Amino acid sequence: MQSQRGNFWQDADWLIILLYTVMVIMGWLNIYAADFNESATSLFDFSQNYGKQIAWIGTAGILAVVILLVDSRFYDNFAYIFHGFFSLLLIAVLIVGSEIKGSQSWLVIGGISIQPAEFAKYGTALALAHYFSAQNADFKKLKTKLYSIVIIGIPVLLIMLQPDPGSTLVYASFALVLYREGMSGNVLLLGVAAALLFVITLFMELIEIPIPLTSTVLQGEYFLILIIAGLASAVLLLFKKRIKYIWKPIVTAALFSMVLVAGVNFIFNEVFEDRHRNRVHGLLGIISDPQGTGYNQHQSKIAIGSGGFTGKGYLQGTQTKFDFVPEQSTDFIFCTVGEEWGFLGTTLVILLFMVLFWRLIYLAERQRSRFARVFGYAVVSIFFFHFLVNVGMTIGLAPVIGIPLPFFSYGGSSLWSFTILLFTFIKLDATRRNVLA
Amino acid sequence: MKADDKRGIIIAAIIGFIGSLFIVKLFFLQVVDDSFKTSADNQALRYVTQYPARGIFYDRTGKLLAYNEAAYDLMVTPGLVDTEIDTVAFCDLVGISVEHFIARMNKARSYSKYRSSVFEKQIAAEDWGEIAQKLFKYPGFFGQKRALRHYPASSAAHVMGYLSEVSPVDIKNDSAYQKGDYIGVSGLERSYEKVLRGERGVKVLMVDVHNAVKGSYKNGELDVMPTPGKNLYTTLDRDLQLYGERLMKNKKGSIVAIEPETGEVLALVSSPAYNPNFLVGRNRTANFIQLVRNDTLDPLFNRATKAVYRPGSIFKVVQALVALDNEVINASTRFHCNRGIIACHGSHTYDDLRGAIQHSCNPYFWNVYKKLIEMGEYSSKFKDSAHGLTVWNEYVKSFGLGVQLNSDLEGIKSGFVPDKSFYDKWYGEYRWAFSTIYSNSIGEGELGVVPIQMANFAAILANRGFYYTPHFVRAIGDGNKQERFKKKHFTMVDSTYFEPVIDALDAVVNEPGGTARRARLDSITVCGKTGTVQNKNTPDHSAFIAFAPRENPKIAVSVYVEEAGFGGTFAAPIAGLMIQKYLTGETNAAKEKRILEADFIHLNTKEE
Ligand SMILES: [Zn+2]
Repeated sequence: MQSQRGNFWQDADWLIILLYTVMVIMGWLNIYAADFNESATSLFDFSQNYGKQIAWIGTAGILAVVILLVDSRFYDNFAYIFHGFFSLLLIAVLIVGSEIKGSQSWLVIGGISIQPAEFAKYGTALALAHYFSAQNADFKKLKTKLYSIVIIGIPVLLIMLQPDPGSTLVYASFALVLYREGMSGNVLLLGVAAALLFVITLFMELIEIPIPLTSTVLQGEYFLILIIAGLASAVLLLFKKRIKYIWKPIVTAALFSMVLVAGVNFIFNEVFEDRHRNRVHGLLGIISDPQGTGYNQHQSKIAIGSGGFTGKGYLQGTQTKFDFVPEQSTDFIFCTVGEEWGFLGTTLVILLFMVLFWRLIYLAERQRSRFARVFGYAVVSIFFFHFLVNVGMTIGLAPVIGIPLPFFSYGGSSLWSFTILLFTFIKLDATRRNVLA
Repeated sequence: MKADDKRGIIIAAIIGFIGSLFIVKLFFLQVVDDSFKTSADNQALRYVTQYPARGIFYDRTGKLLAYNEAAYDLMVTPGLVDTEIDTVAFCDLVGISVEHFIARMNKARSYSKYRSSVFEKQIAAEDWGEIAQKLFKYPGFFGQKRALRHYPASSAAHVMGYLSEVSPVDIKNDSAYQKGDYIGVSGLERSYEKVLRGERGVKVLMVDVHNAVKGSYKNGELDVMPTPGKNLYTTLDRDLQLYGERLMKNKKGSIVAIEPETGEVLALVSSPAYNPNFLVGRNRTANFIQLVRNDTLDPLFNRATKAVYRPGSIFKVVQALVALDNEVINASTRFHCNRGIIACHGSHTYDDLRGAIQHSCNPYFWNVYKKLIEMGEYSSKFKDSAHGLTVWNEYVKSFGLGVQLNSDLEGIKSGFVPDKSFYDKWYGEYRWAFSTIYSNSIGEGELGVVPIQMANFAAILANRGFYYTPHFVRAIGDGNKQERFKKKHFTMVDSTYFEPVIDALDAVVNEPGGTARRARLDSITVCGKTGTVQNKNTPDHSAFIAFAPRENPKIAVSVYVEEAGFGGTFAAPIAGLMIQKYLTGETNAAKEKRILEADFIHLNTKEE
């Protein structure tokens, strides 16, 4: 069953495995530093995150070995089964899950809490890869688009219901996979534009613009719609000579934007309740709340900024260790890196991720099977999205959205899920020659 | 099967772009902008001042005069105070009123919401115990350890002086001070402030987000231990000082006792005195106001160093010495007691120097002073007087009179010895002569002295012609005596002229008919001279100087008792008791009783 030529252990990509090992160890060291206190007795103190993380790392290692031992065709063949199974878990969590911090996203099985949303990505990645390879999908066909939307949409909807906005947003990363497999690049640009418009709408609807010479005020969202209409008219007027060619996309874009603004505004104000609104505002840092998310990001920047060039030294951090930074061993673990290891440390971590991503892209591109390639891109996209949002959040370039930094953040579900994703791909890559092109 | 591997490169480029963006942002965050370092330190580090222990005061025998007791400042961080606390219970615990509580909170809030400031100052250790136990119920409040002066003998307040909170000017002028610090504002506390205060230290602690201390920062690498202030080994004799204060109860005046062979001040009593412990701790302000405003006797005023009196008859001894050295008289010179020129008392008619001093003959010294002022150098009596006064003035100043003694106690007055320019200003140059200024001859007129100068004069007599600047500190810490106190100051009078004068002073105390018989001791030869300071509206002040024993003197004393009449009646016996106490350790109970019962303060009120 194993490779016909050469040995699996020679064919496995050891650079990736080395990067994985290094990052997991660095992650644990930082979790230890973040939760370190003098009174702790042992590394295996299971009341402490670093103690538990040792257990999670051990089991993740076992999981990795098991994944490597399983026949690579298994993943392809059982892709839909996986996807279905995890989707069922997502339904289960809505019914019997435990609520933590306002979202119902945890399943407690035999004393261990797991977060199905972390694993659902895996099923989605497998299912998408399987669909593309089996159906010889072509993104020019409507059917392919629809199937892709369905495969990705099911978990998105289920996770939204928890609600867990962070995990939901991670599914946006599949856009990169679809782009690689033929989706128009304009969709990516539109997506970014729509996201920006969404955020702008939420800002605008909070303000009121007084109308000159009258005593009335204009709601910000109407003002925004007027601006969009004005911009579109201006463009049409400026390029009057070519109006034949451009009126269609411009008018479409303008109408689409206006509908989006109105829709966001309507849902936000008429459908959402106050707690939802506060959550979104908080997540995006629109309303600065010294005790809320604005405070968190400010503290996070202080911690990282105070590290300086070489850092304060291992276990010498004050901001992370003494709880100024919230969630310092999970979502804000990068602060510990920044505070204790300084600019040298943060740059090293970013470079490690860069090498990992580029290596994964390189490996994905060398796959003969479309299944392996699509899956590879799914892995790199998911990792990259986590990296982008998590690090961006801690240094003030992204809104505060609580998702873990792969291999670094404390947490069993996320570590397992990242390990499964990575090692499944390593397995696929190691056996790539067995596949007939 | 490769669909479009350019897209792989585009994706890799997007990832690379984001990575670079993050590194650039981190470079600005961590390397370029150092404001985060400051923010972090402000949040996570607490700089706790370590107050140095202030130097301790010992007396010359090693007994404690002043030391430090633990006390606590109750600090408040308004931003952390729970608005739901039981204010009444809290006020009860701390011992303040609710109005006081509100006022203090407002004051603290106006200073800073997040920085701590003093809520209640200098709570003594015994009161703090209970407060500390219950303080956990009141978040935002904590104790800051400070030290409180304590004076175990409740004595020598005027010498030691007192402390006061630093003023904004002090803080501006000297970076060693911070708001809430204490500084010596009088006495030795003031003159030795720089050595007593020591140097503050600092402890850098880490605090967590709840402001709870999490340990020492960098294992105390940045901590600075406070340097304790140096101890002062004073020249005072605690027992003698206490005894002097006891004798001066219910009297206004002063006692100064000096060891002649060193210039060390053994006792300095200013009466009425106050308990130095009153000006310490929580009741300091109230007590201070009481002492300053509501006490007409002005107990904070140091009469021994700041009250200027006319020297009276004691000055005749100075006149005698100056005249002898100028050879205008000798020991056997006699003058008639011509009471037509100036009044006199007693049954003498034609004394020599010894008799004149013993009987304090006014006409005798009128003649002596006339000879000193009119020495016949110039034919014009005006020019002659001007010249004579200039010579005389120089002589008198060499006795430490009319000059400021460069002592280590602040604010000693210099008194006054008139000179040519003084009378020129008053009458015009060469428009005055001996007849204008003759009251100086018997220590009246324009002369002014302070009691410590008179004690120093007694020391000069004891030393036969020189003095050491009277001082109050023998050693600072492990150091030796300061050089300026080891320097002999010689008078202009040759030491050979002292013996006949001392002989007379012996007679004043020990011979029948002497004016200071009450200072006599059986076993010790006391030499002294009485004085009576005349006042226009109030009874005379009683004054006396003495030293003993006559040979190898160990103590020189000046005693002033205001409004007690003739110098021999009260000042002399007090001096006698002080000398006896110091030299023998014993006292004469009968004499003592008479002094203790004498009351010159409540006299008027009793009569009313
Ligand atoms: Zn006479």
